Amino acid sequence: MLQINNLHASVEGNEILRGVDLTVNAGEVHAIMGPNGSGKSTLAQILAGHPAYEVTEGSVTYEGRDLLDMDPEERARAGVFLAFQYPVEIRGITNAYFLRAAVNATRKARGLDELDTIDFLDVLDEKLKSIGWDDSFMNRPVNEGFSGGEKKRNEILQMAVLEPKLAILDETDSGLDIDALKTVAEAVNKLRRPDNATIVVTHYQRLLNYITPDFVHVLASGKIVKSGGKELALELEARGYDWVKDEAA
Amino acid sequence: MTGGTSVLEKTARPDHWATAFEALLAGDAAGPEWLVQRRRAAWAEFAESGFPTTHQEAWRFTSVETIAKGTFVAPAAASVEQARLDPFLVGAEGRITAVVVNGRFDSALSQTANLPDGVVVRSLAEALRAGDPVVEGHLGRYTETSENPFARLNTAFMTDGVFVHVGRNVSLDRPIQLVYVTTGGTPTVTHPRTLVVAEPGSTAEVIETYAGLDDVAYWTNAATEVVVGEDANIATCRIQRESERAFQTAITQSSQERASIYAIVAVVLGAALSRHDIKAVLNGPGAEATLNGLSILRDRQHADHHTTIEHAQPHCNSWEYFNGIYDDRSHGVFNGRIVVRPGAQRTDSKQTNNNLLLTEDARADSQPQLEIYADDVKCTHGATLGPMDPRAVFYLRSRGLDEAAARSLLTYGFGVEILAYVTDDALREQLDEVIHARLEEGARRRGAAA
Repeated sequence: MLQINNLHASVEGNEILRGVDLTVNAGEVHAIMGPNGSGKSTLAQILAGHPAYEVTEGSVTYEGRDLLDMDPEERARAGVFLAFQYPVEIRGITNAYFLRAAVNATRKARGLDELDTIDFLDVLDEKLKSIGWDDSFMNRPVNEGFSGGEKKRNEILQMAVLEPKLAILDETDSGLDIDALKTVAEAVNKLRRPDNATIVVTHYQRLLNYITPDFVHVLASGKIVKSGGKELALELEARGYDWVKDEAA
Repeated sequence: MTGGTSVLEKTARPDHWATAFEALLAGDAAGPEWLVQRRRAAWAEFAESGFPTTHQEAWRFTSVETIAKGTFVAPAAASVEQARLDPFLVGAEGRITAVVVNGRFDSALSQTANLPDGVVVRSLAEALRAGDPVVEGHLGRYTETSENPFARLNTAFMTDGVFVHVGRNVSLDRPIQLVYVTTGGTPTVTHPRTLVVAEPGSTAEVIETYAGLDDVAYWTNAATEVVVGEDANIATCRIQRESERAFQTAITQSSQERASIYAIVAVVLGAALSRHDIKAVLNGPGAEATLNGLSILRDRQHADHHTTIEHAQPHCNSWEYFNGIYDDRSHGVFNGRIVVRPGAQRTDSKQTNNNLLLTEDARADSQPQLEIYADDVKCTHGATLGPMDPRAVFYLRSRGLDEAAARSLLTYGFGVEILAYVTDDALREQLDEVIHARLEEGARRRGAAA
């Protein structure tokens, strides 16, 4: 589904990624862990097409297409979804309105009829039921006045509605208390299917108690320095990141 | 003075205004003696101050030179087709409307037949002729404290408008719609006057619309007084859709008694130049005022909102949300003054002004002004101005919206945020369509230019 080869990227002249290689297949969950400043969020943002980052070398192929050549909206319509670390507040626009606009943008691009308000509310209702949530913040402006936990939950709700093939969760666990963390993880697990894949970017092992990864990668100084199974996350939790960096050096 | 010029043709010059004022007093339109007194007082103040200039702090960002030097005449009486008013009205069956055309109340176009008991909606000129004691008790009593020269000019020269009286404990189930339209070709000036008196315990919603029916230059100098009795609840929506070649100067002044609620949503879409002063005085403990506004400007439109909330009594709340969306070379001004008088303890006041600049040439000026003379108060204010947040654009694009759609949605959100405060569903939907169409047109023009 996704092949990243020797990816180098910089922002304002500072090189942040220094040769990342990663392959993600359908049905897999990959965790990318690493210390602060290792480039985890940069990688997530680049996959979503953030214009601030400049790719200086390497390639990213998504379902046979050159992902880096696609606009952010084309990526979204092709099934790439980024759950933001810092979701943005959209004044005035309710969650329901926003989600319908997003769903219809993709439907239109795929040659499908746009959903009217009533059809959309049916779809929304079904999605909410599937992850066991209520519609309590559907009529509130997107992320405005939301607590940190509500914002993260809202990202997962968007993910549920947009049904991505490749979901990238950028530090979705940061700022969540344990109950919120469980709620979010359960929803992510319910959305797992053999034909989609998830990349979980996280600093702590905590989230991985609830979302079981098939692979764990350690990103340090802009490169993946170690990969392993889910047990690697536990080892990182116990020993920290320094030994991995030392081993790689 | 140029010989042979009619008294109203060179209105800019104070001597002509003086002549026009004397002419008004000599005619039937002068009204009862008490009104003549109030007119004279207002006139004396205007004669003293003249038109404001940009050297005065309150007028720093808004030059009214074009008005002061312009030539405006009193408009001829005109009749308009009902169909031309429909875009400015909501509802159909049993609606309550008061229509003023070229400054004159039009009883044929107004629908006041099915008013509930205790409710008066009528021509102000007629109420004056009939010697209505409520009008005498209130008209001009609130604006006379204003330092706005245009409010004085209105008091001196107003001849008609609408009087709304909602009786004690009366609750209306539908909005009272006041529509002031201007039609015709010659640059005209009108001084429409509105008086709304809500007796204790009453509840009503008033929609006040100013519209130009023709794409011509004229000047509307409006003044509205709203008196909200104890425990009364008055929600107003003021929509300014004057011709984009017109000028509007206006004041809305409210006075509230104990535990009353007053809300205004002021929407500005029209006029080449507009200035609207809103002054809300919280005169009784436990009163609440909400002042919201939205200006959507294009081309070289200029709109200035000056608001003052005066907390004269303790335990009052006020909220204020003003948004501006400025395209092309337009210029929006917001000045929000909050005065907390000595003894107005437990005041809770919040003010927010957000301005979206759609082009590099658009401009916004925002000034909060807090004057707090009590010590147990909570006053917060915040303002933003600038172009669209690129993080928000990326966020929407990452959800599948293309850049143009993302920008449209974010712009629309700035408007919808304020429209959400419009309580009448039909009006909110109508305004939603109007601003949506306006913003889409702007986006298309920018897209074509890019």
